[in-house]
Amino acid sequence: MITPASVSATIRVRLFASYAERLGGELIEVPAEGIRTVGDLLERLRALPNGTVIGPATLVAVNLRHSPPGTAVRAGDEVAVMPPLAGG
Amino acid sequence: MTYLTRAPIQLDGLIAEVAGPDRGGVASFLGTVRDHHDGRAVRGLEYSAYDPMAEEVCREILLEAAARWPVRVTLRHRLGELAIGDVAVAVTAAGGHRDEAFAACRYVIEELKRRVPIWKRETFVDGEVQWVGVASSEERSGTTAP
Repeated sequence: MITPASVSATIRVRLFASYAERLGGELIEVPAEGIRTVGDLLERLRALPNGTVIGPATLVAVNLRHSPPGTAVRAGDEVAVMPPLAGG
Repeated sequence: MTYLTRAPIQLDGLIAEVAGPDRGGVASFLGTVRDHHDGRAVRGLEYSAYDPMAEEVCREILLEAAARWPVRVTLRHRLGELAIGDVAVAVTAAGGHRDEAFAACRYVIEELKRRVPIWKRETFVDGEVQWVGVASSEERSGTTAP
């Protein structure tokens, strides 16, 4: 998934808890081409092996802020894809 | 880390942070580790977080509470492995009177649970391990998150 030539045009995706376990790591890089929004990114991730673990209650943060599916995503952003929260 | 900690939470320290001679009402909430979940016996659990975002969201929530009520308020959330009865989260609010202290304390714990990126993985007595919130809200159909 990561090649040196593509690093400048990738979106860094942090995964947590069950998502990191099922999708193969806490940090993956996704080619930015064709991804304009949080919704686009989720669609891409759901196509990965075990991607169906990313269910309807998934939360996304772009650059540390909770972000709904219509939020713009650009290469270089840090995007967190998070299972339902369970603090407290 | 300011609001997240891997060390045991000391309530006295939180109270000292927010107390003052003009604040006669001090309210605290403690969340401790339960010995059961969905009818199954729990041996212990582990909390993890998206640290930089969790710290930022905690800060925002505390600022919101302090803007809404005349209080000083703080919190701690524990990370790492916890045993039954350990304090996982603590919120303390101090105001002139009890009403604002209770209200701010309640606001902070409710918003923390709703917005702060923290997850817990429970280990049951039978050895099975489960991420809380995921199985109950997504992998099992027809149920909602706790």
